[in-house]
Order: sequence, then C-alpha cells, then structure tokens
Amino acid sequence: MSDTAQAPLVQVRGLKMHFPIHAGLFRRHVGDIKAVDDISLDIFESETLGLVGESGCGKSTAGRAIISLYTITDGSVEIDGVDLAQLDSNSLRAMRPKMQMIFQDPQASLNPRMSVASIIAEPLVEHMSLSSSERLARVYELMDAVGLNRAFAERFPHEFSGGQRQRIGIARALALNPKFIVCDEPIAALDVSIQAQVVNLLEDLQKQFGLTYLFISHDLSMVRHIADRVAVMYLGKIVELAPRDTLYSQPLHPYTQALLSAVPEPDPVSEKDRRHIILKGDVPSPANTPTGCNFCTRCPIAEDICRQIDPEFREITPGQFVACHFVGETTKSTGENTTGTIAQH
Amino acid sequence: MTDTVPDSLAAARPPQSQWRNVWDQYKTHRGALWGMGFFLFVVLAVLLGPYLWTIDAQYIDIRARNQGPSLSHPFGTDQLGRDTLARMLSGGRVSMFVGMTAMLLALLLGTLVGVVAGYFKRLDGPLMRLTDLFLALPLLPLLLVIIMLFRDTLRSAFGPETGIFILIVFVIGITSWMQTARIVRGDVLALKEREFVIASRSIGTPSRRMISRHILPNVLSPITVSATLGIANAIITESALSFLGLGFPSDFPTWGRLLFDSTDYLQQYPERVLWPGLAISLTVLSVNYIGDGLRDALDPRIRGR
Repeated sequence: MSDTAQAPLVQVRGLKMHFPIHAGLFRRHVGDIKAVDDISLDIFESETLGLVGESGCGKSTAGRAIISLYTITDGSVEIDGVDLAQLDSNSLRAMRPKMQMIFQDPQASLNPRMSVASIIAEPLVEHMSLSSSERLARVYELMDAVGLNRAFAERFPHEFSGGQRQRIGIARALALNPKFIVCDEPIAALDVSIQAQVVNLLEDLQKQFGLTYLFISHDLSMVRHIADRVAVMYLGKIVELAPRDTLYSQPLHPYTQALLSAVPEPDPVSEKDRRHIILKGDVPSPANTPTGCNFCTRCPIAEDICRQIDPEFREITPGQFVACHFVGETTKSTGENTTGTIAQH
Repeated sequence: MTDTVPDSLAAARPPQSQWRNVWDQYKTHRGALWGMGFFLFVVLAVLLGPYLWTIDAQYIDIRARNQGPSLSHPFGTDQLGRDTLARMLSGGRVSMFVGMTAMLLALLLGTLVGVVAGYFKRLDGPLMRLTDLFLALPLLPLLLVIIMLFRDTLRSAFGPETGIFILIVFVIGITSWMQTARIVRGDVLALKEREFVIASRSIGTPSRRMISRHILPNVLSPITVSATLGIANAIITESALSFLGLGFPSDFPTWGRLLFDSTDYLQQYPERVLWPGLAISLTVLSVNYIGDGLRDALDPRIRGR
C-alpha cells in the first residue's frame, strides 16, 4: 500500500525526548529519563504505521513528541516538509490542524462539563471562523461520519458508552480535516466487540479522507489487522521496522521474535507444540539504560559486543530495518539454536 | 453549507440553553430552593425594611429601655431604648454587604492566584510562597496595623462609613483568599495533566481560552464551596472587628456589633443575643444550601439525577 518512492508525510530523525530528574535540596539536575532515545522513522501518505511495544517503552511519549505536545530534547520532526521543532508557538498553532490525536482513555479525553457538540466544535472554534449555524452543520456532519446519532449533540460525555465516547474523540480529531492522526492506543480501554467497531471505523475514515495514521498499540493482532508497516519499540528505541507481512512472518530482531511468540494461537494443537521465547528479568529503568544494546540485559543471544556497542539501526532487506549486531550474519537470529533462556512449553 | 444540510437536522433538537438545564436541576434541590427563598427574603428585608419600619435605628428612647417583644417593638429594645428590629434591619444591610463583597474579593484573588500558580509552572513557586506568607501572618496584629494606618485617610477621603466599609472589605478580602488559592491550585495541577487538556493542547487552544474553557469550569465545585464558607467567615470576622472596636463606629449597628453588645446582658435578656445570632446563622445556612444546589446543578454528571 505504501509507495516508498514518494516523499514521506512525516519524517522523524533522531527524535529524543528526555525528562530531567531533579533531586536533592537544591533540585539539581541529576539525570534524565530517556523515554524516547534517538528514533527515526518515515510515515508515508495514507498509510498506517503501527507502533508496538510493552508498557513503558515510550510509545505514547513518542506519539506525543511527534505532534509537538512536548518540547523535544533533540532531533527533528518534519510534517509535510515543515520542521516542527523549529517553529515558534504561533506557527506551530497554525500547523495544528494538519495533525491530530486520538487518545487512549475516551473518558478522560473529553471534558466532562462540555456537551458533545461543543467538544467536537472546539477545533472549529479555534481554527475556523464559521457562523454558529455553519459550525453546527459541520458538527452534525462529523457525527454522521463517525456514526453518532445527531440527537446526542446536547448530551454530556458521561451519558455515553466507551465506544461512543471514542467516536466523539475521533470526530473531534477529524474536525479540521487533518492529514496525520496519532492514534494513542485508541482501543486499549474498550472491550473486544467495540474494539473491532472502532478499528473498522478508523479504516473506513482512512479510505474516505485519505488519512495517515500512527497507530500506537500493544495489541499485536490488532496492529497486524490495521497497519501497513510496523515499528517495534523497546526502551525508547525502535528495534525493528518492517512491512507488516515481513515482520509477522520473518521477525529478525530477538525482541520482536519474543514478542510475537507471546501471542497465543487459537488452534490448541499447534499452540501445544509451539516454541515460546520467555524473556528473563525486567525492562531496565529508562533513567539508567544499559551501555551497548538496550536489549542486551534480556536478550537470549547477547554476546560481549552487545554490552559494548550500540547496534546501528540498518536496512537488512528493502524496507526492513533492524537494530541488532547478529542479523544478516548468523543463523542465531532465528532464536532457535540458542540454549538456556529459551524454554519449551 | 447550511443549505446542504438534510432534513433530519431540522428534526434534531436545536441546542438548548445550558442555563435552562442548570435551572431545571437547581429546582429539584429542595434545600437550595428554601435557601434561596430565605436569602432573597433577608436581602429584601434589609434593603426595603427600613422604609417600612420607619423607627430610626439610632434613636434613643431611654424610658423604653430593656423592653421585651411588644407590638410597638416586635423584637424589643436594648439598654438605651433603641428598637432592636430597626437595628437588625439596618445592621443586616451592612453585614450582608460586607460579607458578599469581602467574599467576592477573596474569591477573585484566591481563584486568580490558584489558577495562575497551578497553570504556569514558573509562577507556582513565588505565588505559593506568597500564599504561605499570608497564611503565616498573625491576623489580628495585622488588622490592627492596617486599620491604624489607613482609617483616618480613608475616612477623610470617602466619609466615615464608606471609608470604614472599604477598609473592612479590603482587610477581610486580603486575609482570607489563601485557602481558596491552595485548593484551586491543587485542582488545577491535577486537571492540567488530564487527557482532555492535552487534547485541547493538540488542537492549539491558547492558554487563556484553555483556562476559561477547561480549567475554570472544572474547579467550580471547590470555588462554590469556598464562596459559601467565605460569606459566613466574612460576616463573623466583621463582627469580631466591631467587637474589638476596629470596625464601624460603636453606635453604627451591624449584626456582629448587636451580638457582642447583647452578650453583656446575656443572663437578663437572652433573647437579645438570639436575634442577631439567628440572623447570622440562618443567612450562612441558606448561602450554604444555595452553594450546594449550584454545585450540583452546574455539574452535568449529577444533573438530571
């Protein structure tokens, strides 16, 4: 689906988002939480890039940093050819309509004191000069687009179910005809039947309006369903970025392999015989990341080089980027010949 | 754009005024209705009462002193033969006005400091240290000094009563905003990290509209609570000031002054304490109920329940 020949809509280069830690009596700067540490990726027009990883690996921070909700520590984010990091607050405000966000918790992302109509109209009030009847017409149009009954316009968020609330959030994100939408775990707080509805709605809207998504999730099967390409994050870094089918059929990075092996299979027979890769230990603190490869403390195939040199994020096959020393060199990368840390269930 | 709207739009209910909903909800709160009824009654009584009950509050009729309730003096008279009802009415005017104005001033200051400190990280430290400073000041010596310094200047500028009024409202307002500021700051700090505020930031809403649209409506509950408590507090502080001789002139009636004057005769004429005490507590109670009803009515989550 993605046409790699064209220029990317979103171009992230060396993005770093560090949160300073202050401690002691004088609140001295003693260190940084490296929530996002040097990530680079491209997102092409009207594709969906899935961003997966376990909790706390910096997915949401990356998403928020990309649309400049934080002041980034280093690097550049170009959207439509404009580097957001260089903009002053006024020009950034003018860029806001191009990029919007859908939030994880639909309850928390809607102001409980505003009616649905005024929530959806907020972006219109801020960025367009419409008369109140025009604005109302646009609100109704958006409510139709996301499948909300127009009669609900005057209700308040607490009167809706989770799925409906998420539709309100989506309508608000769509109000200004954005090109790029960051979906920050939009389905994580919904139950499974509603998840499918919301994902299908997102897909329909993508076709209808030519939207580009950065789809952040920890749900691998949902990402497989919606994404065109998938990036896997671990401890603030992208360890693997590949087209969806390649990533799910031939994962190259040991972390991706472990992650995919954790997805249960519906067929009990093949599930019984399947090899699981069990990672030992916990994710290191992002305030104190290991030297060398971030994954070396838990990697089943780690060797001395991993503890000394940070592997380069390089293109192995066209479109597939991996940050691992052993990929493309040895058979170790399949993760099957190693001993000890791989248990068979 | 409006022309292309299909017919179903016409069928959908046009947006209703939010204040109508608020009033509908307010009406269902029985206590709040009673509270508002009583409060309006007191306001009307102290505003119009002196025109209907025409005895002068300052008129001394020494032969009629220390009388109990009668037709000519429904609330009785005091030790100088002044009519208690007339003094209650004109005293209530001052007490209510001082209470409301001082509360508004304190609320305004407290909300301003709280919102600014909570929202703008750089101002948080200085503003909250200022709040701590005010909290740490011993109140009575401060009042003494302020009144000593400014009473005569204000008196000569605005006349004895207006001058004292301005001074007392200012003094009470300036010394009672800190609690509100602290509560509001805490709430704003929590609100600022809520996702709907971040969503609004991703839309590009500037700070001033962020505060008016998202922050202030959501800190309304603690503000209404401090407002209702603030009126009570202001009335009582004014009484204390009058008692210390720092407030209005001693012959000038206020509810607090009446109360303290009557305490000397508490054993002989206990009903004399009752009238101003009852007036103060019932007014405060009614304001509390109004605040309670308002808070419920303004919160859409409770509305319609």
